[in-house]
Amino acid sequence: MTEGCPKHCILMCVLLISGKSKEAEIKRINKELANIRSKFKGDKALDGYSKKKYVCKLLFIFLLGHDIDFGHMEAVNLLSSNRYTEKQIGYLFISVLVNSNSELIRLINNAIKNDLASRNPTFMGLALHCIANVGSREMAEAFAGEIPKILVAGDTMDSVKQSAALCLLRLYRTSPDLVPMGDWTSRVVHLLNDQHLGVVTAATSLITTLAQKNPEEFKTSVSLAVSRLSRIVTSASTDLQDYTYYFVPAPWLSVKLLRLLQCYPPPEDPAVRGRLTECLETILNKAQEPPKSKKVQHSNAKNAVLFEAISLIIHHDSEPNLLVRACNQLGQFLQHRETNLRYLALESMCTLASSEFSHEAVKTHIETVINALKTERDVSVRQRAVDLLYAMCDRSNAQQIVAEMLNYLETADYSIREEIVLKVAILAEKYAVDYTWYVDTILNLIRIAGDYVSEEVWYRVIQIVINRDDVQGYAAKTVFEALQAPACHENLVKVGGYILGEFGNLIAGDPRSSPLIQFNLLHSKFHLCSVPTRALLLSTYIKFVNLFPEIKTTIQDVLRSDSQLKNADVELQQRAVEYLRLSTIASTDILATVLEEMPPFPERESSILAKLKKKKGPGTVTDLEEIKKERSSDMNGSAEPASVNASAVSTPSPSADLLGLGAAPLTNSAPPPSSSGSLLVDVFSDSASAVAPLAPGSDDNFARFVCKNNGVLFENQLLQIGLKSEFRQNLGRMFIFYGNKTSTQFLNFTPTVICSDDLHFLNHFLCLNLQTKPVDPTVDGGAQVQQVVNIECVSDFMEAPILNIQFRYGGTFQNLSVKLPITLNKFFQPTEMSSQDFFQRWKQLSNPKQEVQNIFKAKHPMDAEITKAKIIGFGSALLEEVDPNPANFVGAGIIHTKTTQIGCLLRLEPNLQAQMYRLTLRTSKEAVSQRLCELLSEQF
Amino acid sequence: MRFMLLFSRQGKLRLQKWYLATADKDKKKMVRELMQVVLARKPKMCSFLEWRDLKVVYKRYASLYFCCAIEGQDNELITLELIHRYVELLDKYFGSVCELDIIFNFEKAYFILDEFVMGGEIQDTSKKSVLKAIEQADLLQEEDESPRSVLEEMGLA
Repeated sequence: MTEGCPKHCILMCVLLISGKSKEAEIKRINKELANIRSKFKGDKALDGYSKKKYVCKLLFIFLLGHDIDFGHMEAVNLLSSNRYTEKQIGYLFISVLVNSNSELIRLINNAIKNDLASRNPTFMGLALHCIANVGSREMAEAFAGEIPKILVAGDTMDSVKQSAALCLLRLYRTSPDLVPMGDWTSRVVHLLNDQHLGVVTAATSLITTLAQKNPEEFKTSVSLAVSRLSRIVTSASTDLQDYTYYFVPAPWLSVKLLRLLQCYPPPEDPAVRGRLTECLETILNKAQEPPKSKKVQHSNAKNAVLFEAISLIIHHDSEPNLLVRACNQLGQFLQHRETNLRYLALESMCTLASSEFSHEAVKTHIETVINALKTERDVSVRQRAVDLLYAMCDRSNAQQIVAEMLNYLETADYSIREEIVLKVAILAEKYAVDYTWYVDTILNLIRIAGDYVSEEVWYRVIQIVINRDDVQGYAAKTVFEALQAPACHENLVKVGGYILGEFGNLIAGDPRSSPLIQFNLLHSKFHLCSVPTRALLLSTYIKFVNLFPEIKTTIQDVLRSDSQLKNADVELQQRAVEYLRLSTIASTDILATVLEEMPPFPERESSILAKLKKKKGPGTVTDLEEIKKERSSDMNGSAEPASVNASAVSTPSPSADLLGLGAAPLTNSAPPPSSSGSLLVDVFSDSASAVAPLAPGSDDNFARFVCKNNGVLFENQLLQIGLKSEFRQNLGRMFIFYGNKTSTQFLNFTPTVICSDDLHFLNHFLCLNLQTKPVDPTVDGGAQVQQVVNIECVSDFMEAPILNIQFRYGGTFQNLSVKLPITLNKFFQPTEMSSQDFFQRWKQLSNPKQEVQNIFKAKHPMDAEITKAKIIGFGSALLEEVDPNPANFVGAGIIHTKTTQIGCLLRLEPNLQAQMYRLTLRTSKEAVSQRLCELLSEQF
Repeated sequence: MRFMLLFSRQGKLRLQKWYLATADKDKKKMVRELMQVVLARKPKMCSFLEWRDLKVVYKRYASLYFCCAIEGQDNELITLELIHRYVELLDKYFGSVCELDIIFNFEKAYFILDEFVMGGEIQDTSKKSVLKAIEQADLLQEEDESPRSVLEEMGLA
């Protein structure tokens, strides 16, 4: 063994670690730093050895946690040394200490370039490691083109290949736009067949990362990965020699291959698919075999592969048999003595719970999971148990799970209380059939963990109570009772204040909760509360003036007191003054109008769900939950008009309402249709005829289809809409595929294609003639139906048609709209022409109305190849060697409509420095220039 | 893998390796925060925890904690074994490794890690290949090193 550090360095180390105090250490280090600085600045040029020595010392000091602000230049100098150790220390210093300081990077890049070209595998290795360690954009710019060549060159040593693969991966992670795809990709895929397992391992990592963004390019890796995996899992434990780890053959590679396969759907080729299924079964079988070693490394490695296999099974979500086996396996782990395995089993089951195939199987473990919540000693395991309970919750077990979570909340760790509160609030809302249960649950939440109940949660309970008149009386009664507790949380005062202010009248008939008692109860809490809560209470008081004229003078006295009218807080003072004035001068009518009951809140995504997503990242709020949420959203919603009966009962007459608020308890709200009889879901389907507003994100998707014809147009938790289309001259045909992603039937499934009004001429001629056939109104779970749209472009048009889809899913009515990507450019025919022709025509179209120009900022990386592909995708011909500036792109084509043909020329001038484009369109028709320019500008 | 840290029970950082560019200030903050979390955990607790948006896998060997931060989709158990394999490599190289070996020969610890993991992904899982690479480098080093007297060295320090 060699001593890495020079001797004195060790001496220093010894001094440092035996140092008695922090001050002594700092003193010693400052002295050392001063010494090194003087050596570097000294007149005498240092030889390589000394330079190395001091750079090494600096590194050491840095690693002790002190800042180093010099020595970089000396380290860079070491890179060009021919001595291995000097070079090595230089590279290490740079890897650890250099951030993208541009001056230095240029020098470093030069040294790296030399080492890469040296063909000395050791030097190449150091250089590649350095690139991977720094991994800055500048490095990517300098080497992203070079490394793929090294990677696939026939004469590259295996060890260099491994480094090159991972180096490229690192650069791709930081600057994907700088790594050009090309011929090398197919050769990289074939590295999966390499003899050297180290090369295969490195290559698999690279391919996995690349395939996530470029699945098409690396599609062929699927079958290669499957056969490699198959060879590994069937090999005897000694076959792979040094790649066998504690009797497990190549566990790292197996995990990586399984991970790669998760970038793709299940293989289409039945042979490959069969082989993969066999592999997965073998892995599951092996889990049942007795262990070949008692060492924990053996079981860890084996289970690492098993968990990754289960991830793949869940990802494919297509083999019910495998899913159930996976679930059973995890079930065994739930009771394993290894904490690690219990943790992972809980985590994996969370994702299994979101598969329709295994959701029921997961639910059978509910008792074990609840038990884990109670008995696990490690908070991170309990956290997983909470997650899993949340994921497995549905209507059948919601009451039990919510009760257990509330139970646990009493003793839960502070670090996870807020999250549990959110989860309970969401589950209680989602699965509330009986809203009294919901109100009880939330009030319990506030009672048990009031400090952790965020605004979103108590806002939400108020929204729901306001939107549901069947629960208002109960809510008023319950908060009134809860407020009786001698010490109650401020959040309860807020909820109580709001609800009594709105619905206190509903319980005022009971002498135990007469207006005055309600008021006194609230006001007894007033002085203990913070300013925002007091402000809320003041609003409650003025509402009481309206609801209960009999206690008006009491309230006016309170408002008139000095502590209110002269309050130091401006907001409170203002409220007191204004409310007092309002109560004095306004007539009963005006007061009733001003203080009318709150109108129902518009239905939107639950703000608590949004908060949980923000907290946990969107991935953790799983698909099934989303579906469940959608199922239930209409229950709370008030968006749909309710049955006529319901509103007739609750709305005696509009004028009586305004006056008789106090007297008519089951009251109105301003727009009559909004009293939602929301459990009568059936009535919805008849009343919903309006076209839904465009689905969020659909514009982005629409833009993507301008330059392509096939792909997924829209996807949510329920439905996927795919498109395949072809266009010739002024005609086209579009196949729309509707996929039901759930396991439940869609009923009354009615897609309608609507041409927006802008598509019509003034004289009502259609510009776009679309013909569709109706589809079967029932779409089975998991099934796909297809609809053909025949398209004829009669004349040039601006707006794309809208596709509106309405259907019933599990009792709720779904209504969504997306723009159908039928755009003017689809009727392009490319025209090839010479440079001379092009410019001649260009000049002919010189009327200012014929030209439309747009200068805009690049939204995507400015890549010439991608730009070319987009222009061709747009439909025009891409004319090479026409523009005198080779960086510019020009195109030409003819738009075919039934009535006329319109010649179009286009020119796109990129400005790399400013990251801008200038796009010029010239056509014989102003509107066409305009529209094409709009469409194409969105693409870059 | 996003980064790997080695620190002692006393909270002294012994090795840090970042696989994603991170500002120094953030590094320091993350190291401090994570050390606090890990050191507070009891021996029988599980080796995984959620931390910020990452998963942390850690294991204690004698006085040293080895701690890796991985991303959501990465495999925890195989990362645990990655740590173990790294410890085995250090052990093989130093001959029953201890914290002092890593302090005195920190650059070796880095080189071995570099040969084993690159860009956050495992480069070669074979103990033999990694050690061979390190031994070759050592040979080059011995050829390089010009003999100097220890006394001279001491005088300089």
